[in-house]
Amino acid sequence: MLLSIDHVTTYRYDSPARGVVQSHRLTPSRFEGQRVLAWEVSVTGGVEGGSFRDGAGDWVQGWSVKGPVEEIEVRVRGQIETFDTSGMLKGHREMVPPEAYLRDTPATEADEALRLLAESARHDEPLSYAHALAFAVAGAIAYRPGVTDAHTTAAEALAAGEGVCQDHAHALIACARVAGFPARYVSGYLFADAEGTPHEAAHAWAELFVPGYGWIGFDPANRCCPDQRYVRLGSGLDAREAAPIRGTARGAGAEHLKVAVSVQPPEAVKSTASQSVATQSQAQ
Amino acid sequence: MLSRTADNLYWIARYMERAETAARLLEVGARISLLPSAQGYRNDWDSLLRASGGATGYAEKYGPAEQRNIESWLFFDRDNPNSVASSITAARENGRIVRTALTSQVWDALNTAFQELKGLEARRGACELSKLTDWTMKQTAMARGAIDATLLRNDGYNFLNIGYYLERGDSTARLMDVKYYVLLPQVDFVGSGLDNDQWSMLLRGMGAQRAFHWAYGGDVTALKIAHFLILNRQCPRSLITCVAGMENHLGRLSKYYGKETPAQAAVQKLLAELESQTPEAIFDEGLHEFLIRFVGQSAGLGAVIRDSYLSGDM
Amino acid sequence: MGGYFNEMYDGKSVRAPYARLSDWMASMPADRRLEKQAEAEALFRRIGITFAVYGEGGDPDRLIPFDMFPRVFTGAEWSKLERGIKQRARALNAFLVDVYGRAEIVRAGRIPANLVFQNEAYERAVCGFVPPKGVYSHIVGVDIVRTGPTDFHVLEDNCRTPSGVSYMLESREMMMRMFPELFRENRIEPVDRYPEALRRTLASVAPAKCDREPTVVILTPGHFNSAYYEHSFLADLMGVELVEGADLFVEGGFVWMRTTEGPKRVDVIYRRIDDAFIDPLCFRPDSMLGVPGLMDVYRSGGVTICSAPGAGVADDKAIYTYVPEMVRFYLGEEPIIPNVQTWKCGEKDDLGHVLANLPDLVVKEVHGSGGYGMLVGPKSTKAQIEEFRELIKADPSNYIAQPTLALSTTPTFVEEGIAPRHVDLRPYCLVGERIELVPGGLTRVALRDGSLVVNSSQGGGVKDTWVLAE
Repeated sequence: MLLSIDHVTTYRYDSPARGVVQSHRLTPSRFEGQRVLAWEVSVTGGVEGGSFRDGAGDWVQGWSVKGPVEEIEVRVRGQIETFDTSGMLKGHREMVPPEAYLRDTPATEADEALRLLAESARHDEPLSYAHALAFAVAGAIAYRPGVTDAHTTAAEALAAGEGVCQDHAHALIACARVAGFPARYVSGYLFADAEGTPHEAAHAWAELFVPGYGWIGFDPANRCCPDQRYVRLGSGLDAREAAPIRGTARGAGAEHLKVAVSVQPPEAVKSTASQSVATQSQAQ
Repeated sequence: MLSRTADNLYWIARYMERAETAARLLEVGARISLLPSAQGYRNDWDSLLRASGGATGYAEKYGPAEQRNIESWLFFDRDNPNSVASSITAARENGRIVRTALTSQVWDALNTAFQELKGLEARRGACELSKLTDWTMKQTAMARGAIDATLLRNDGYNFLNIGYYLERGDSTARLMDVKYYVLLPQVDFVGSGLDNDQWSMLLRGMGAQRAFHWAYGGDVTALKIAHFLILNRQCPRSLITCVAGMENHLGRLSKYYGKETPAQAAVQKLLAELESQTPEAIFDEGLHEFLIRFVGQSAGLGAVIRDSYLSGDM
Repeated sequence: MGGYFNEMYDGKSVRAPYARLSDWMASMPADRRLEKQAEAEALFRRIGITFAVYGEGGDPDRLIPFDMFPRVFTGAEWSKLERGIKQRARALNAFLVDVYGRAEIVRAGRIPANLVFQNEAYERAVCGFVPPKGVYSHIVGVDIVRTGPTDFHVLEDNCRTPSGVSYMLESREMMMRMFPELFRENRIEPVDRYPEALRRTLASVAPAKCDREPTVVILTPGHFNSAYYEHSFLADLMGVELVEGADLFVEGGFVWMRTTEGPKRVDVIYRRIDDAFIDPLCFRPDSMLGVPGLMDVYRSGGVTICSAPGAGVADDKAIYTYVPEMVRFYLGEEPIIPNVQTWKCGEKDDLGHVLANLPDLVVKEVHGSGGYGMLVGPKSTKAQIEEFRELIKADPSNYIAQPTLALSTTPTFVEEGIAPRHVDLRPYCLVGERIELVPGGLTRVALRDGSLVVNSSQGGGVKDTWVLAE
């Protein structure tokens, strides 16, 4: 499926920052499920910094903006062709050993309730167990925006019984690690078609390392595995580590963040797409 | 040189000079309090507190002005960021950070002042005020002497001197303002004998009484004192001496780095303005108004120097 | 002190390396000794060497006790130590490059995967990255104890930022000032080329993008840090800037320092702060000590960080037991200096042995340092031992145990005169384009009678360490 992405993040500072530094994971992963046709990331007033493909296979690009700066816009525009790989991360080159994803972070630490949840889904066959974990989490945490925030932990979300995709992913990661699966957080985009009701165009899900299969994506929020509607950007131990944009502003006042994401088939944005999609694609 | 290192050096100088200012304020206050006065001494101490920039902090901690409390506040009190104790501690800490940019003599001077200060604090009740102020002057002179005698004449030396001159100019203006702003609230007193006695005390407090008489002779008049402390380049503490000193060291920096910054233009402008001043014009403007304006200009110059060299945001 | 190897005396006779110190010892009656001791203290204070106990706060102006009686090695003894230390430094670096690459040693089953990959010091952020010249740990501090004339053991490795080298240099400086005649009578290998060797080592690992004489800096957590003196001392002797995180910034794929003349590019950072704090974008977001964006520049080859982030996985106490295995696996050699026998409480059989023999063992926390979180069985009360037993039981894999070592002693000036005290040794091995070891190191001495704990935070002092020229 062909998808056009337009993702704009605006940072506004109450008092001008003396300088801003960001690290981006805003370029789609390279694996059999997706092929980039055109991709461009721009930062107003930004100077491109170092870039590299990290051990997890993500393309990382540093940026800096000289101060004083009151507002920055980070804009991602691109076109990508996606394929259904049944959630499997096929042909993805990475150096990090799966065992390194067995480590907990504060956001994904399992409490007794998460441990019980993991236990309740137990199957002998690993792939079935992984699926069961994803369903268990989907059943235990209802989708409801506004209840949790960026700092909510997996344990807190499960206790609340409500949350968004970040909470689903954290809870699944916590349960998976209890069950002995290396697990990680994945950030990306999701296309919402007319009939479907998937949540959040800027989306997140989890990947579990299943013996015999490798890394497989699970999206408890939508009770499915990632297919051609999904665009994968990057991964980490939890949401903070997998954040598409990490940054700091030096000497700034309070920061205000605004995010607008659109994921559409190209014909739906034909009029703007032909102008707005840059011809150059990012070196990878 | 690292901007932060330059900043540390600059602040060593500013804090040492600030310690001296606090001691001089104490000395002026103590001497003035010994004079007969129509209003009693309390009001004079109020003005000293204002000049030291710490009136609010003092009032919050101690309430009404009392000589004993003010002595504590200006010398020992760590809650007062401008006290002798706070200033010497801060100077020494800045020195410790850039220990390797200093000679052992300069470090010794700063460290000795700090170690002896701890001794004084341990027996603070037993110290006479005059001993404390003498001690402070001696320590600041030792540090200054070690800097002049032993430091390499590199960019760091210029930053130290810029710090000294900036703080000293500010200090002179504030000390003068004590006299003008509070001691003479009523115009009637201007030119009276009492007035002159107090001006003399001020000169003595600044260690400039004899120098003044050598330079001018005759009666002490407000005009002469204003000329001496503001416009006379022979006076080591006059405003023009301080601004000229900064102009000199900023000039050396621009040569050293082969590059002018807004700081050179700013100091030249201020110097030119002082050079065109006369005592009469200052009194026409109002001495208090003139001094407050100078304090503002001096702070403005400090900000330009910070932006040009010390903040690291060039 | 029966049962302990005395490095000076073999029965009644004086061992060869200490032969010339007998006369000197005799020339030091109590009054002269006190006078010299006072002189040394005054010198240390003047220079500004002070020491704040790690994690304890306390008087930041405290001096670390300096013992004037030198510790001496013959050239032959040293040459064996040197080969052993360099061997270990090579193996540790080979291990680091390997575990962040294909991890052959794990695939070969020579070390358990969980010990490496689930280790807190294992940094996923550097997986797949090979630092310039393949060096992760540029300064390897190897702590060595001696138990007999030819018996040396490695007690632990320090691959991140081993401290204390300033004491090695200052102790020598102090001895040369106070007892120049000793240096005429004994032919002692100099150590004062260490700062230059360190600078050369750091410059030799400049990133490929550096096309000129590399600019090296030392990154300190700041002047409140207990080792700040050492940081500024080394920066001064190396002729490089001592910077804090806020003095640096990243732009255009490089790191710059803020100077009075504008930004100046930095090529090599010798950091004295932990991985977790060096870049708030990559590691701890609350770190005020680091440089935002530093890791992006590092990974894209714009700057070299020494030691390399991730180096800590090699000096973990749980990994320590596998270092001899690393030597065999990567170098195909037998370890020249053996490890101390170590029981891993995380393993059932070992745990049983440890719990059954607590009064005879030294137990350490796997991630502890500085002599904290440690039980010295023979020196502990019953209550202390029982308290520790519970700690071990609660989290066995957090502890390792070793036999109580018969640490060698050397003569030491004490109140009553001269008496044997236990010592250890930390040499500093430099790894860059070449491997270098300055002949000497930091000798720490347990000043309390009978004490085996040499940490300066627990009543330890330092001595000058001599290697005699052959």
